[in-house]
Amino acid sequence: MHDTPMRYSAFQLFKQGLAGHTGWGKAWRSPEPQPAYDAVIVGGGGHGLAAAYYLARNHGLKRVALLEKGWIGGGNTGRNTTIVRSNYFFPESAAIYDFALRLYEGLSQDLDYNIMLSQRGMIMLAHTEHDMETMARSVNAMQINGIDVELLDAAQVRDEVPLLNFGPDARYEIHGGFTQRRAGVARHDAVAWGYARAASALGVDIIQGCEVTGFEIADNRVHAVQTTRGRIAAGVVGLAAAGHSGVLAGMAGFKLPIQSYALQAMVSEPIKPVLDTVVMSTATGMYVSQSDKGELVFGAGLDLYPSYAQRGNLPVERDVVAGMLEMFPSFRRLKLLRAWAGLVDVCWDYSPIIGPTPIDGLFINCGWGTGGFKAIPAGGWMLAYLLATGEHHPISAPFDLSRFTTGRLIDEAAGAGIAH
Amino acid sequence: MLLIPCPWCGPRDEPEFVFGGEPAVRPIPASEVSDETCATYLYARSNEKGFHRELWCHSGGCGQWFLLERDTLTHVIHRSLKPGEPA
Repeated sequence: MHDTPMRYSAFQLFKQGLAGHTGWGKAWRSPEPQPAYDAVIVGGGGHGLAAAYYLARNHGLKRVALLEKGWIGGGNTGRNTTIVRSNYFFPESAAIYDFALRLYEGLSQDLDYNIMLSQRGMIMLAHTEHDMETMARSVNAMQINGIDVELLDAAQVRDEVPLLNFGPDARYEIHGGFTQRRAGVARHDAVAWGYARAASALGVDIIQGCEVTGFEIADNRVHAVQTTRGRIAAGVVGLAAAGHSGVLAGMAGFKLPIQSYALQAMVSEPIKPVLDTVVMSTATGMYVSQSDKGELVFGAGLDLYPSYAQRGNLPVERDVVAGMLEMFPSFRRLKLLRAWAGLVDVCWDYSPIIGPTPIDGLFINCGWGTGGFKAIPAGGWMLAYLLATGEHHPISAPFDLSRFTTGRLIDEAAGAGIAH
Repeated sequence: MLLIPCPWCGPRDEPEFVFGGEPAVRPIPASEVSDETCATYLYARSNEKGFHRELWCHSGGCGQWFLLERDTLTHVIHRSLKPGEPA
């Protein structure tokens, strides 16, 4: 195993190829946990890994540990539908999601790891004239926020996605839509692995198979975390545990304005390229893109009751499949290959919670609900900023937990009118 | 598919029901309730992993509300109770 990870390059590929690919080092170190760290991050998904990386890179922290109860990217980061976009209604949301998208645009170079970002655009469909009017208003708001969205009429949508159901018997007639051309998809596992590798190279200890079982809190300040691999003292602690945020908050003695749900996704058998963008519809409650392997990746609404089971139930799955077949009748004969669910942490206003908690030294990044993947670089950046400085970055300030008391909610559930 | 036992109608399929949240008592009188207390009542949830007491409504059936004891990890349903029924 190499102490400093090798740079990935064409030359390295050639050199390792000559040696039969036996010389590649591990992408990240797997050290034993130290007894104490300056900062401990709980949760080894995209947001936690990005926070660890930016803590080391942006703020120069040397003694950072990332604790993951399972394995890196084994939770929602490996279960989402890989879509990145920033078409949000409110200025606060546009600022954070577009910051994430801009970081995604440079991430492969930054991490020296190909995250396979494909900015193939996304199209949100409008099915009635009223949809179109609401959409025009949303598009105007997004453009004022500086987001590159365009309103499309029905002919333009048909030109871009001819497979859509424009037949005379279409249940959901297509009146138009809007597109964000910089949106697209990225390889979700690569985002996790790339951040893990880059963080490890900067000295972050990534500790897998290490579940947090409690917090040591004295004088309302966190001093250590108890884990299945022993006590780890921590200067500051950051939580990035998505669907399990409420469980961790419970251990620390407070509640969050969050409910955990199972969000389903599924893939079809792989087929030749037929769909070169991401298509979404709130009317049918589904969205679909085609992976590089050829599978149609699509999802789904929530099973609308609290769940910590990483699987969904059949009624929602049936609705999603029915919705897709209504929109794309030609997919009718495809076989469903896999279906699964991720645990999503949904806030009442469908916006994330980033900031301090009632416990000093304990910071949180959660509540991304059904749309956390697209925000990974920004969520990590903001949590790192909080852990290093104790203060909000200007972009994360509106997402403070206090908004539920002051009433300054950022209501993207109603505002953006998007399929979450 | 959850098979949910409505205390009035018996076991019925999941799509007939609507989840209604965790039981909570509204703090009163409103004029004396602090912003923090009100926010906690409105938004904070225990969001338990495992045993969970929750309200459901048989909206596609008899329309009655009831209390359900369910496991949020295994989806096992323990029992349902009519309003006011001793726990």
